[in-house]
Amino acid sequence: MTTVSQALAPGELTSGRLPAFVLPTTIVGAAVVGYALAVLLAGGNLAVAVIVGYVLFLVVMEIAARVVEGARQASDHRARHLIVGAFALALVPLASVAWEAVSKGAARFDPLFFSVSMRNVIGAGGGALHAIYGTLWVTGFATLISVPIGLMTAIYLAEYGNRGRLAASITFFVDVMTGIPSIVAGLFAYALMTLIVGPGAKFGFSGSVALSVLMIPVVVRSCEELLRLVPNELREASYALGVPKWRTIVRVVIPTAISGIVSGVILAIARVIGETAPLLIAAGFAASINNDPFSGPMTTLPVFVYDQYAHPGIDVQPYWDRAWAGALTLILIVMLLNLAGRLIARRFAPKIGR
Amino acid sequence: MNIKPIASVALISAVALAFSGCASEGGAAGKTLTGSGASSQAAAQAAWTAAFQTANQGVTVNYSAEGSGAGRSAFTAGAADFAGSDRPLKDEEMGAGKFAGCAADSNALNLPVYISPIAVVFNVDGVTALQFSPDTLAKIFAGQIKSWDDPAIAKDNPDAKLPAGLAITAVHRSDDSGTTNNFTDTLNKLAPSVWTEAASDTFPAAFGGEAADKTAGVINAVTNGKGTIGYADASAAGSLGKASILVGGKPLQPTPEAAASILEHSKTVTGRAANDLAFSLDRTSEGVYPAVLVSYAIVCQTYKDASRASLVKSYVGYIASADGQSAAAKAAGSAPLPASIQEKVKAAVDSIK
Amino acid sequence: MSQQSMIRADAEPASHHHPDPKRVGDRVFSGLATGSGVLILVILALVAAFLLIQGTPALLADPAKLTAQGYGPFAEWVAPYVFGTLWAAALALFLAVPVSIGIALFISHYAPRRLAQPLGYVIDLLAAVPSVVFGLWGAAVLAPAVQPMWAWLNANLGFIPLFGGQASGTGRTILTAAIVLATMVLPIITSLCREVFLQAPKLHEEAALALGATHWEMIKMAVLPFARPGIIAAVMLGLGRALGETMAVAMVLSGGRQISFQLLTSENPNTIAATIAQNFPEAFGLKVNQLIAAGLVLFVITLAVNTIARWIVARRAQYSGAN
Repeated sequence: MTTVSQALAPGELTSGRLPAFVLPTTIVGAAVVGYALAVLLAGGNLAVAVIVGYVLFLVVMEIAARVVEGARQASDHRARHLIVGAFALALVPLASVAWEAVSKGAARFDPLFFSVSMRNVIGAGGGALHAIYGTLWVTGFATLISVPIGLMTAIYLAEYGNRGRLAASITFFVDVMTGIPSIVAGLFAYALMTLIVGPGAKFGFSGSVALSVLMIPVVVRSCEELLRLVPNELREASYALGVPKWRTIVRVVIPTAISGIVSGVILAIARVIGETAPLLIAAGFAASINNDPFSGPMTTLPVFVYDQYAHPGIDVQPYWDRAWAGALTLILIVMLLNLAGRLIARRFAPKIGR
Repeated sequence: MNIKPIASVALISAVALAFSGCASEGGAAGKTLTGSGASSQAAAQAAWTAAFQTANQGVTVNYSAEGSGAGRSAFTAGAADFAGSDRPLKDEEMGAGKFAGCAADSNALNLPVYISPIAVVFNVDGVTALQFSPDTLAKIFAGQIKSWDDPAIAKDNPDAKLPAGLAITAVHRSDDSGTTNNFTDTLNKLAPSVWTEAASDTFPAAFGGEAADKTAGVINAVTNGKGTIGYADASAAGSLGKASILVGGKPLQPTPEAAASILEHSKTVTGRAANDLAFSLDRTSEGVYPAVLVSYAIVCQTYKDASRASLVKSYVGYIASADGQSAAAKAAGSAPLPASIQEKVKAAVDSIK
Repeated sequence: MSQQSMIRADAEPASHHHPDPKRVGDRVFSGLATGSGVLILVILALVAAFLLIQGTPALLADPAKLTAQGYGPFAEWVAPYVFGTLWAAALALFLAVPVSIGIALFISHYAPRRLAQPLGYVIDLLAAVPSVVFGLWGAAVLAPAVQPMWAWLNANLGFIPLFGGQASGTGRTILTAAIVLATMVLPIITSLCREVFLQAPKLHEEAALALGATHWEMIKMAVLPFARPGIIAAVMLGLGRALGETMAVAMVLSGGRQISFQLLTSENPNTIAATIAQNFPEAFGLKVNQLIAAGLVLFVITLAVNTIARWIVARRAQYSGAN
């Protein structure tokens, strides 16, 4: 940023600019005053110091910018500071949750945790291997069900529906579907599978069905939005070359939107991979490894975490350690999925300006 | 193309498969016993399962701690081989032929297997021990006593230094639970003039107060709050103070010994088969800690499938044995069944066909 | 428009020359797409049928019977939970939407391009945290941390009805639950908004800047109008999550059956989803029907909220100059 050292008179081509030292000075000043006020009023509470300091900073910058640069530039500054503030604010819970998960999960984040199940374990020791397998099976099947259905529906809505009655009602009911409480999805899946295979239908695939009910609307919603954003010019260019519609969609539209689609799918997986309540109902609970998704109860990581947290033995610590280690593992799995998704997206996305 | 994200998931599943050396622990050829029900028994069931599976290689016991209600309906529908329940089946729920997993003419059996005292836990700065008369306790949880310096509390605790002006936050279970049922039953039996509501799984909404999910939630809220009091499984109390309840003027702590004897002072429900051990608890006996949860295993008198019967017989037999009870006491902090009750349960288990 | 139809018209006759591979492919593909859409309607109809079949016994039962065997007369029982669901979701969105849009803008238009992707990744991480963990965090870390602040608000601003009542001793109030919910919906709204903002026509942006607009004016004129439908879609997704979230609310909120707007007390209205999850395990007989009927009510609420939102979008679209 170039610095214009003095304000120019009205009528000249560029108006005044705040000198470069104003911003850092105001930040430091506001921080110091905020902290001092917090010490005086609230016993040095850090949250109070940050809030007071931030408000002070906004006020000072607003006044300074208005005086030197005028109202339009001042609102530009204000927007910038509020937006950066919003981002910083979102980092607070993230940092706090991450710190909790890492510091408390580290105790049992050891090789044993990933090499054994909870079979025949009382008290300390044991691991979550059964739950990791369970998570992969249940979420994997849910993804296999949801992504094709969800993506094809999104394609229908964006490319074929022409905002007709069927498309309108699908869009509407997909929104309604996002509001199905997870436990209802679990009850529904259990009732449906009981209808099909008889009583006691608690197995991994039932859980996948329950998760699919939750996952499909998320996939549809984000994919549809992204397909609509693909510029019509690309489709038209493809049609002009005589490419049929379906190949246009598969070769042009989807690759253009792939990065968003992948991140939408990953978000949808993240949305359901942490579900507890429906899986307790539909997939049951097991302490041993079960790699048959069509028979016998199957435990997933969130269920494992919840069970360790909610039903500890008399010495709580090993159970809580396992719970946090499980939570950390779950977060890491989703992180890896996210990373993989991004790599895939980057690999297949067309090279364009952005 | 839409195959790519799918392919990545398929890849991950394939990797998972490749890494899993063995198909399933316990083996496909192994026998599986399915239980479902009360979460109060979860820690004890985990201990029993571990010991039983160690002694009987190839058997897998899966106990889902979904809750008593879910366990009873799973058992009735034949989806579980046995149920864990914080109360015995009611008369109208019993009856030959009502249970899909039992033989057509067979009734169910209610067997007490797990006894746990319910502690009144508190977190008040500078106070380590408290005792309450039932009336005071009922008034606290009914929202009639709102401050820790209330004269009624001071009268019960002449020696305690109660903080002035600190509001009481009385924490109860927000979920339906057998613990709430037994605790409200205790207040109703011991302080009927204050606690006018009958025992119920749901904490009476009219009494207000703070609500928390499950035992762990109550313990969390009491531990992290200021001036809090709550009720929870005694074994879960951890480092929290446990209040004594004054029964006939004597303070009683929620110890396993004071809790276990409640069954010896109580009678079985009338009009049931001789083997059925559904108790109606008598909480007013002298020297017996009144707030006690008794949890049951519900099994068939006669199973449709003889191999189920023998598995259930040996598993529930182990649970009710001296070994099983002491394993649960060690792992879950429960009160072992008194010897006389153990014998009765053993006789009932032996009669399962 | 005319250009588009001209090109389409050009493409049509071309397919006449090679009818087989293209026509069949197109027909199969559009059939699959339509079939998927219809399948979703079928799934939803099945869920609705399940809710209706399981819920009607409670809706039709005599109130006296419900008092004896269930949780009490249905309407009276469910009303506080309906209120709690809407109130908690509204609070959560009130907190989350401005912050989410701010974050999305930060990533798409303010952060250095090199940083933008990793930053987006960082926010997406929030979505990776399972709700059980949010529940643990909310109850064990957030609630004790905000309790003194809530007590302070209650003591100093208690004359405002929202902050009135007896401040909670644990901090597990509806405002705390709303913060947790807001944290959970934030990555959902941010992620979609970010993608939409990134797709805003670069030419419009550059045109605005060339005309002398400030950065913020450019965003107001070129990005936000373009992104409005996307923002609304993102908010609806977040709303769905907030209405249906179960475990985190169940673990954080001290929920009861009071209809109250007070934000800082122990006695808050519980949400429908949390109520179902908390009471279902111990429920039997009519209670099960009653809880599922509550699920049906939540279903209807979602339906109503969506209808209203669509109506608002449609009305706004008429006046909007965008697109």
